[in-house]
Amino acid sequence: MDLFFFVLFAAIAVLSAISVVVQRHPIASALSLVGVMASIAILYLALGAEFVAMVQIIVYAGAVMVLFIFVIMLLNAGAEQRRGRSLTAQLLGVPVLIAFLGSICYFLQREFANAGFMKFGNFTGGSAQGIGIALFTEYLLPFEITSVLILIAILGAIVLARKEL
Amino acid sequence: MPDALQVLNNGVPISWYLMLSAVLFVLGVAGFLFRRNIITVFMCIELMLNAVNLSFVAFANAHKQVSGQIFVFFVMVVAAAEAAVGLAIILTVFKNRATLNIDEIDSLKN
Repeated sequence: MDLFFFVLFAAIAVLSAISVVVQRHPIASALSLVGVMASIAILYLALGAEFVAMVQIIVYAGAVMVLFIFVIMLLNAGAEQRRGRSLTAQLLGVPVLIAFLGSICYFLQREFANAGFMKFGNFTGGSAQGIGIALFTEYLLPFEITSVLILIAILGAIVLARKEL
Repeated sequence: MPDALQVLNNGVPISWYLMLSAVLFVLGVAGFLFRRNIITVFMCIELMLNAVNLSFVAFANAHKQVSGQIFVFFVMVVAAAEAAVGLAIILTVFKNRATLNIDEIDSLKN
């Protein structure tokens, strides 16, 4: 059953990710990205990360993607026009990426082939309680620093969105 | 490679999750390099961040520790901040240059 759900949602994630890359219209890419994020959230649930899965749905698939779609609609972004690329990029782009992927997979297979198995329910530390205890004891200082980061991001967005810039 | 019987008995190997993460990351890199629309390029960055988050959660499961999920939480916070600022920059660029094509946004060239 674990294998069935992994294969199903991994396939959905990879197909949606391919769709993100090959779709010509930004709205279609954005909706495919929502599919990637939702299927990754299911994989998080299977790995025992309940809190992270919910945050993934609420923050990523909810807030961040709404922001993207809002900007796409605001700018009225149309389909991307096809543009000639350099010969080197046309010939070498995909083979180099496949070689990159192959080397990563070779390394992973060499180093992490015995990293253990995921079985649903064999790790239950990722509940909201477990995350909260770790976040407010061991990781309290980084947590407080992120609030400063978010404050700076809000100020930056407001400054950039002013009329006279 | 673990054989089929082992997978059926023990569950999915962690290395498969890591490989899925690698595939998603490479797809994000491909979109980042090949696409010309600045919004799509930005979405491909989010795709890469998601791929790395997946390997963090897989390692948290492998080591039975919650730290990996805390890192995912921080990556999400940074990604949300980055999306807010980045989209504001895209809006400003579009307001000033009336284009979303990254080939035409080249005022730092020469």
